[in-house]
Amino acid sequence: MKKLFAVVLFFVSMVAVAQNEAVEMADVMRSNGKIYVLLAVVLVVFMGLGFYLFWVEKKVDKIDKH
Amino acid sequence: MLKFLRAKWWKYASLLLVVYGIVGGLLFDVPRLAILNETIRCLHFHVPMWFTMFLLYLISLICSIMYLANGKLKEDIVADQMVNVGLVFGVLGLITGAIWAKYTWGDWWHGDPKQNMTAIAMLIYFAYAFLRSSIKDLDQKARISAIYNIFAFFAMIVLIFVIPSLTDSLHPSNGGNKGFVVYDLDNSLRMVFYPATIGFMGIGLWLASFLIRIKTHQYSKQDLLN
Repeated sequence: MKKLFAVVLFFVSMVAVAQNEAVEMADVMRSNGKIYVLLAVVLVVFMGLGFYLFWVEKKVDKIDKH
Repeated sequence: MLKFLRAKWWKYASLLLVVYGIVGGLLFDVPRLAILNETIRCLHFHVPMWFTMFLLYLISLICSIMYLANGKLKEDIVADQMVNVGLVFGVLGLITGAIWAKYTWGDWWHGDPKQNMTAIAMLIYFAYAFLRSSIKDLDQKARISAIYNIFAFFAMIVLIFVIPSLTDSLHPSNGGNKGFVVYDLDNSLRMVFYPATIGFMGIGLWLASFLIRIKTHQYSKQDLLN
């Protein structure tokens, strides 16, 4: 039983290692493609709009409280 | 209702969900499919527009029915503003869909049944806004537009969901075209798509909350709310 458990664990960990390698390779390729630059630009635009929404919310709060 | 619209927590949550949607939508693994290529990521941004529009119209429908039941103008305000914001999301959905269609189906306006029917549904809701602006008396405006809104919602259901499913459409899950249920990696898409959709819905509600709160303030200042 213990042996069987060890064998199963071995194969499971093999699969896990293989998957990790695949993910890392994809990461490198995508960073070479400068996708993170695009991500940063889009996030700045969206977060900027999001914070502006909170600013508008403050103004609406002021009107609403009266 | 107003208490929920004034609350902050769901606004932070929706912002975070959309940020997650953008990060996941641009970086996570997607199925590698011919013709679609990387544009499959449009799923996370184009489709939530329609889901958000649908949610806003649904809330509008419920408020219109409630107005007809209790005659309170505050229900009418919510119904009206939900449609206004819903229209914005509908227009964004049409534009993003046209861009996506140009590079995958070959034309900005492809004449796909769902595309055509959605445009008609949009016109019906634009007519709601015009109808409202043409009636001066507030109670009459509220009553007529509430009845029209019920008609518009069910017309939209038939136009967007029933008719395209009876014919062959290029849109997934219509006619012979199976949706992303058949893709191997559909779970990696779902993991981004659903949170992003909920996030965009929250942002739609947030925008509507501004309009509702301002309008409610205007009405109550003139002692119009009963």
